[in-house]
Amino acid sequence: MTAAGRRAARRARRLALLRLSVLGSVLAAACATAPSTVNPRGPRAAQIADIWWLSFWLAAAIFLLVMAALGYALFRRRPERWRQPAEQMSPAWQRESGSRFPGQGFVVAGGVVLPVLVLVPLSVYWIVKLIQVAVPPTPPELTIEVTGYQFWWHVRYPDQGFVTANEVHVPVGRPVRLLLKAQDVIHSFWVPQVMGKHDMIPGKTIETWVQADEAGVYWGECAEYCGIQHAKMAFVLVADPPEQFAAWAARQQQPAAESDDPVARRGAQVFARACITCHTLQVGGETVGTAVGPDLTHFGSRLTVGAGILPNIRGNVAGWVGNPQAIKPGNTMPIVELDSESLLAVVTYLESLK
Amino acid sequence: MACPGGRGLALATTLLVLAATTGCGLLGDLAPAPASDARYQPARFQPSDLPGAQPDRGARVMRHAYGCGACHVIPGVTGATGMVGPPLNGWSRRAYIAGNVANTPDNLVRWLQHPQAIEPGTAMPDLGVSEADARDMAAYLFSLR
Repeated sequence: MTAAGRRAARRARRLALLRLSVLGSVLAAACATAPSTVNPRGPRAAQIADIWWLSFWLAAAIFLLVMAALGYALFRRRPERWRQPAEQMSPAWQRESGSRFPGQGFVVAGGVVLPVLVLVPLSVYWIVKLIQVAVPPTPPELTIEVTGYQFWWHVRYPDQGFVTANEVHVPVGRPVRLLLKAQDVIHSFWVPQVMGKHDMIPGKTIETWVQADEAGVYWGECAEYCGIQHAKMAFVLVADPPEQFAAWAARQQQPAAESDDPVARRGAQVFARACITCHTLQVGGETVGTAVGPDLTHFGSRLTVGAGILPNIRGNVAGWVGNPQAIKPGNTMPIVELDSESLLAVVTYLESLK
Repeated sequence: MACPGGRGLALATTLLVLAATTGCGLLGDLAPAPASDARYQPARFQPSDLPGAQPDRGARVMRHAYGCGACHVIPGVTGATGMVGPPLNGWSRRAYIAGNVANTPDNLVRWLQHPQAIEPGTAMPDLGVSEADARDMAAYLFSLR
């Protein structure tokens, strides 16, 4: 190789190395921060992650083994005795060698014995691991009922007596009983870092449990195709330290806040005219409105708007209320005809519902 | 004719040449004008008219801090598909902001911070935009040719 050629080769190698390290750091960063199933924060997700990693490394090892065997098969020098294949398949040869075809022993060993020896213990391991987390370690003290609607989540705390939507709060490190239902079609409740997917089937109440071992906000989503906006049917699971959870639950039990701000009060009137046909509010000990869409009693203190898809900031709320079909076309909330002042008033009112 | 492909090929070639020349004529309005023509000024301002502003930061802040995309279509801002306010494509070529004041960098910075003061009752709320964020966002908008 010429000097110029060697320099070119060195440059090419450095470039390749740079690209690989960029890719590697991107992947590492993605693994570290994304709501990934291999980044578990609760016992159920941890079991799934363990099973996954074992299967991954086992599969990787078998893959390398198979590739090595393939390489050997491709590049070995062919023995002399192979040059008469017709003779090798003759009845006389079969009688003499005791096998149907050359290499039969290898095929039986590698194709039947090895898989059985690998897969049977692996299956037992999987089953045992999943059984271990099928029931909570201690009886849960908290029950949450989540009902899947197209395309949002109705959340009820039956023992505390309040409802919310698109946001589930749990105390850190404690098992919580989940009752999963569906209003219309099959949905699936999934919080990748905390638990596996659980179908929600209309007409059934499916009992399961969840536990988050680290405080934080975890992304959740619908994991069973349920219609045109399945992809934007998300929620958050918030794990709070026990005192914070108790404070949150106490606030949720309060009725809708009444604001002194005149714009918010005007917004309340707009809400009573235009929004109550599909949404509910807890006012003075009773529920006002129709539960076609989410309860909005404490909308102002939620983290997201539109069912987990946008942070709950004023711009996003105005955009959602102004034209929900532009953000999530085909979802159940129609464009509500509001003049601009009414739109801003109702946005201010929603912000005040802490 | 003595050409391979016969009449069909000749006809196709003629049509193609005609289309190309005619097309060039029709599309001439959208083609870049010669740089020497000083009358060509579809975009009066650019990001550099806001010294120190960072357009890339403006795009990020639009998405993460203020939710602009929930109401507006904004090219280059992920998820900006809202249809409550007008789409902001080609912002630098606009003559007016909200059909109200002239589209200049200073007016845009004022508008982003206090739309209700410039056009009371408009659908765009006051979002508590800081001066620095408004300058960065305005710089980004003026980069949309």
